[in-house]
Amino acid sequence: MDCLVCHESTGTYKKFPTGAGHPASEPTVFPDENKTYYPPDWNKVAQSVQRPGRENCGTCHFYGGGGDGVKHGDLDSSMTHPDKHLDVHMGKDGQNFSCTRCHSTSLHHIAGRVYQTPAVKEVKSLIEDDLTSKITCVSCHSKTPHRQNAKANDHTDKVACQSCHIPTFARINPTKMSWDWSTAGRKKDGKPFVDKDEFGKPAYATKKGDMRWEKNVVPSYFWYNGSIEHLTLNDVIDPLKEVWISRPAGSIDDPNALIYPFKVHWGKIPYDKVNKKLVVPHLFPNSKTDTTAYWKVFDWNAAIGYGQEYLGLAYSGEYDFVESLYVFPTTHMVAPKENVVNCTECHIREKGRLAALGQIYLPGRDRSLLFDRIGWLAVLAALAGVCLHGLGRIFVKKNREE
Amino acid sequence: MAEGKKTQKIYLYTRFERFWHWIQALMIGGLLITGFEIHGTYTLIGFEKAVKIHNYVGLTWLIMFAFFVFWLFTTGEWKQYIPTTKKLISVIQYYVWGIFKGKPHPVKKSADSKHNPLQRLAYLGISAVLLPTQMATGLLFYLYNMMPQGFPLSLLAILHTFIALLLLNFLVIHIYMTTTGHSFFSHITGMITGWEEVYENTQIEEWEMPGKKP
Ligand code: HEC
Ligand code: HEC
Ligand code: HEC
Ligand code: HEC
Ligand code: HEC
Ligand code: HEC
Ligand code: HEM
Repeated sequence: MDCLVCHESTGTYKKFPTGAGHPASEPTVFPDENKTYYPPDWNKVAQSVQRPGRENCGTCHFYGGGGDGVKHGDLDSSMTHPDKHLDVHMGKDGQNFSCTRCHSTSLHHIAGRVYQTPAVKEVKSLIEDDLTSKITCVSCHSKTPHRQNAKANDHTDKVACQSCHIPTFARINPTKMSWDWSTAGRKKDGKPFVDKDEFGKPAYATKKGDMRWEKNVVPSYFWYNGSIEHLTLNDVIDPLKEVWISRPAGSIDDPNALIYPFKVHWGKIPYDKVNKKLVVPHLFPNSKTDTTAYWKVFDWNAAIGYGQEYLGLAYSGEYDFVESLYVFPTTHMVAPKENVVNCTECHIREKGRLAALGQIYLPGRDRSLLFDRIGWLAVLAALAGVCLHGLGRIFVKKNREE
Repeated sequence: MAEGKKTQKIYLYTRFERFWHWIQALMIGGLLITGFEIHGTYTLIGFEKAVKIHNYVGLTWLIMFAFFVFWLFTTGEWKQYIPTTKKLISVIQYYVWGIFKGKPHPVKKSADSKHNPLQRLAYLGISAVLLPTQMATGLLFYLYNMMPQGFPLSLLAILHTFIALLLLNFLVIHIYMTTTGHSFFSHITGMITGWEEVYENTQIEEWEMPGKKP
């Protein structure tokens, strides 16, 4: 294990991008970024060993997926030195928490979630159970943190704190929301190229296809019991539908599930048309003479063939692209209370944040169209009736007076 | 409709009755206005405020209604609401037909009989069925978070909303009916001052005479 990623504090300990976790041993230029990587000043780094700060954890977690904000929309480099507006807990002018303030460690088992096993089996407060190893919002705030009688307290049995307190994610740095591999391989003047978007992020790259980056993204909401179900390469898919590569587990009937916010990443990825399974293309050339790597020869069939064979998986020889979805729970970037999600962003007839969430009754969003119509028709009929009656009275009275 | 007929004033509604009538009108009006904002029919004061006011007014009304029921039974006023079919048909005939012909109302108002048979039926339906159901569904709605998992909030809310519409329906007719008295405003004036103008041939008891206000 590399102790220094987490324990150094100079901020100069940089790994070589393709160095499989090792820093450069002599100054080396990484051609993709046109940036020189210097070997660490080992003396300084070794002397700076301390308890891990946000930079340390961020070395890996802010750059998951190979770049800043590629994966999580709530964990990116803007969280190294956030202000209170971006994150009330880690904000330098706020509580200035380190990651480990919440992700408490015992013998290097960092508290968090392991996929498939729920982290919050039961939401408990530290007061009820001070041995709990998973810190959640409730651990510090209790289930009723609001003023007495505040309607928000009535929500916490169904709606997760994050759903109201993280109005949008990626509030400073953009995050990648979609990735269409099917358009990869286009060249300009016979050469691979990259087009940048308004944020300076790649909107198109020959190697990767079309990508869309967004800021201030409104999350999607799902019932979630703390586990995420993952599709495997052996699962048969229905290519006519969007394929959920990962999906929050839980439903309204699950007593441990709450409504949580998520980033949903949309993709278009290759699959085996005959076997109806996802495939793993071989991307990165492993030598100068590699004839199958996609990023060298831009031939999907060859890349998939090699990738599948390498993993010992079948490949029919026919591929196509399928739409896919991937979810990331959103928990960081808790905004100050003034920026909390408004009641009517959920309690509204159309286009509310929870518009897609059925089976649950929300005043202002839901109604019985039938009973509403009957009721209003009766009211209109009564109005029409009294109007006619009144007009009749006035009319006969006039007649009589004449 | 009182042409050529002499009228006199009688004391019909006690101070308590009048107070109760208008406070209840105010609260039901407020509940209707805030309720339909919560329902998403329009935006007026904002969802959160509407919820807050609706809950406060709803609970206040609930408590006051309990006192009102107590009063009804201790004073015997509940008899005013006993339904009767006597003359019911002629009252309906009056509103459908007679009122246009300038005929007199078939049932005279008096302190013993403030409500005509049609009113009795309507008020009994409202006070004994609609309002209590509305209060019960409202209270359950309010206590929804204490209910066991799986409590059907949607059914409750649909019923609560439907009754709200029926009450609105009643209100339209009720307000219109106030204009059918001896003059356009005599019913309303009666409910404000307690004194209502009625036709002279009504039998009046001594305590109802002017100057003998209890
Ligand atoms: C994933 C990041 C990470 C890595 C890698 C890591 N540590 Fe830690 N280490 C932590 C955290 C978090 C703490 C707890 C700090 C605190 O309590 O604030 C910690 C605490 C410690 C402590 C203090 C005693 C304790 O257990 O609380 C020592 C000593 C330590 N680490 C040594 C090492 C060594 C040696 C390595 C390499 C084998 C290493 N660490 C690798 C994250 C890491
Ligand atoms: C205010 C407390 C708090 C702070 C500070 C915090 N986290 Fe978290 N973090 C949480 C909670 C709560 C969860 C959700 C755990 C769960 O799902 O049960 C979480 C989840 C995570 C996850 C898992 C996300 C996933 O996709 O499942 C990662 C990774 C993570 N945090 C990393 C970090 C890093 C890195 C930092 C520092 C920059 C940090 N956290 C700071 C509270 C915090
Ligand atoms: C060397 C890179 C690296 C560093 C540094 C690092 N982590 Fe991790 N961390 C990982 C990887 C890899 C995973 C597993 C990733 C996954 O499954 O998404 C992980 C998982 C986690 C999880 C659980 C996520 C889940 O899905 O359950 C949490 C929480 C977490 N790390 C917090 C931290 C904290 C806090 C620090 C700083 C003390 C830290 N990490 C430093 C690489 C790192
Ligand atoms: C239905 C949306 C909603 C949910 C769910 C929700 N909150 Fe809130 N929260 C609010 C609103 C609105 C405010 C600001 C108004 C207020 O003070 O009541 C607020 C304020 C707060 C405050 C600041 C209170 C103060 O007075 O300073 C804290 C702390 C807080 N929430 C924590 C939480 C935690 C922890 C949870 C999960 C157990 C949670 N919230 C769930 C809507 C919500
Ligand atoms: C390690 C303990 C801890 C955890 C875990 C934690 N908080 Fe806090 N939180 C705090 C403290 C301390 C404050 C500052 C209290 C204050 O200012 O009164 C705070 C403040 C807040 C505020 C008020 C911000 C404002 O504008 O005043 C909100 C909202 C909030 N937290 C929500 C959350 C949510 C949502 C989570 C879960 C993702 C969470 N907290 C997890 C300790 C925690
Ligand atoms: C993140 C979305 C969201 C926000 C924001 C939100 N609600 Fe809700 N609300 C819900 C959900 C989901 C339910 C259904 C809860 C249930 O069935 O237990 C609900 C139920 C309700 C109910 C009916 C059930 C009950 O507990 O009485 C009321 C009233 C209500 N909300 C009022 C409010 C008010 C007032 C606010 C603003 C302070 C608000 N809501 C903000 C999601 C939200
Ligand atoms: C004339 C009387 C009343 C009318 C017309 C009325 C009307 C309404 C309407 C239209 C709604 C919206 C329902 C929806 O869309 O889901 C509503 C909600 C609600 N009503 Fe009433 N209501 C009345 C009395 C009461 C009473 C007595 C209570 C008891 C406290 C009450 C409690 C509630 C509650 C709790 C809600 C849900 C929103 C909230 O928390 O305020 N209502 N009402």
